[in-house]
Amino acid sequence: MPKRLIVLMVALLLACAAYLFWGLSGPRWGFVLGLRALKLAGMLLVGAAVAVATVLFQTVSRNRILTPQIMGFDALYVLLQTALVASLGVTGFAGLGDLGKFALEVAAMVALAVVLFGTLLGRAGQDIPRLILTGVILGVMFRALTGFVARVLDPNAYAVVQSASFASFSRVEAGLLPLAALLVLVAVALALRFGPALDVLALGRPMALSLGLAHDRLLRGVLALVAVLVAVSTALVGPVAFLGLILTGLAHVATPSHHHRALLPMAIVLGGLVLVAGQTLFERAFGLQSALSVVIEGLGGLFFLWLLLKGKLR
Amino acid sequence: MIEVSHLHHRIGRAPILHDVSVQLPKGKVTALIGPNGAGKSTLLSLIGRLTPVQAGRITLEGADIATTASRDLARRMAILSQHNAPGSRLRVAELVAFGRWPHSQGRPAPEDAGHVSAALASVGLSGLAQRFLDELSGGQRQRAFIAMTLAQGAEWLLLDEPLAALDMAHARAVMAQLAALRDTGKSVVVVLHDINHAAVWADHIVALKDGQLAAEGPPAKVCTPAILSKLYDMELRVMQVEGRPLVLHHL
Repeated sequence: MPKRLIVLMVALLLACAAYLFWGLSGPRWGFVLGLRALKLAGMLLVGAAVAVATVLFQTVSRNRILTPQIMGFDALYVLLQTALVASLGVTGFAGLGDLGKFALEVAAMVALAVVLFGTLLGRAGQDIPRLILTGVILGVMFRALTGFVARVLDPNAYAVVQSASFASFSRVEAGLLPLAALLVLVAVALALRFGPALDVLALGRPMALSLGLAHDRLLRGVLALVAVLVAVSTALVGPVAFLGLILTGLAHVATPSHHHRALLPMAIVLGGLVLVAGQTLFERAFGLQSALSVVIEGLGGLFFLWLLLKGKLR
Repeated sequence: MIEVSHLHHRIGRAPILHDVSVQLPKGKVTALIGPNGAGKSTLLSLIGRLTPVQAGRITLEGADIATTASRDLARRMAILSQHNAPGSRLRVAELVAFGRWPHSQGRPAPEDAGHVSAALASVGLSGLAQRFLDELSGGQRQRAFIAMTLAQGAEWLLLDEPLAALDMAHARAVMAQLAALRDTGKSVVVVLHDINHAAVWADHIVALKDGQLAAEGPPAKVCTPAILSKLYDMELRVMQVEGRPLVLHHL
């Protein structure tokens, strides 16, 4: 195992310990610890999901500045959720239960993402500026549609939708954790299993086909994985646009290798580290509950601009 | 032998190929020539199964490429298309090592390293093996991609305009390399822009025009003023230099 990965894992363990035990006192410490453990699990899952989703998406779109969120994946998820509330009503929506709702959303998300982005990447895969533009427009369109549906909703239903539309790492949907953990684990295992094939996929369609890779099938499979992972992270903490960009940027700095089996673990550990350390800092040291997502989005946005201005489109 | 029979292809509503039937001989260098838009690249990518066949049939040594497993085809046929832009930032040696994928499927065997260094040596890139691709000139990069197809160790090599970014010296070196590969028993199919590379180095020429077969045969038969003038819609003079036809298309 590379030395840097071990160092980062130790740092992650320390951050987790700090998050769990810092300032833990008083008679109800057991209850607080349980609460913190849930949030910690949520953050680790979101970190892993966002990291893997971004690495995979950058592989299929063959550049290092796009994330599924920039391309409107999470907006699609929020739109789906709004559409569900609108069509089923608040009681019907609540009647589905957390898990049923989540399963339905994930399934719809996978189908839509594969059809939509599969076609898009097939047609415009070589043309990065066009891809970015399409993604931005899709994102705006999904958000506008969400806004339109939300206008039609009654205020009660709107309140249900609204809580899903903002990111907060301090409010993790605990009921979804077991299923989310299962989905993330399976997705990570699959991504690692197909690591070498993903390396070939990154060469682009003609070369991958010449080497005998079932390119189109793998591409659809990867997009489905990305859709699942984005659905998981959006369901747990809400939309985060630029976190993945920071994580893959850092992972590429941390490992010189382009191999997915080296890159993915690095990105996953970094994902956990950034979220847990950041949340510990903001929640405990500064006493700010929900500031982390704002800071990450701000920094990530600047990083995105810097990449664009530097012309590092690939 | 690669046998193409009654191949039709259209992109959208535009017909690209119309009833093309041709045989590409084994153990030879076959050049695909023709004016822009004749369908050369399309034909090559259909043979290399980069584009699915719409109508007609292509067989590689009798096996239909539409039904043969892509992985099996990859061990027998390597295709290099015109635009190659890997998504990852790769070193030359890493790129060439990908050529072993059809054999190793991601688990490199000891002999793979030998194939990789042999391929690098044969295009003269051994000294640049640890350079990143984006640190190379266009010609060096092109040779790196050719080395990757060589490392694949396939019997058939299909190359789409491999000389596009190369200067005279490197272009001639690549053509000589393809001829040398033929001498070791490989079969090469190459789309060429410059008619003279085809006239001098190819054993067999297939000329396309407007998606149809215009002429085929050895260079001496195809490279005549009558055939070429009709093919390219311009007056062309052909001289004989050292027993080979040479087309004076600049004059």
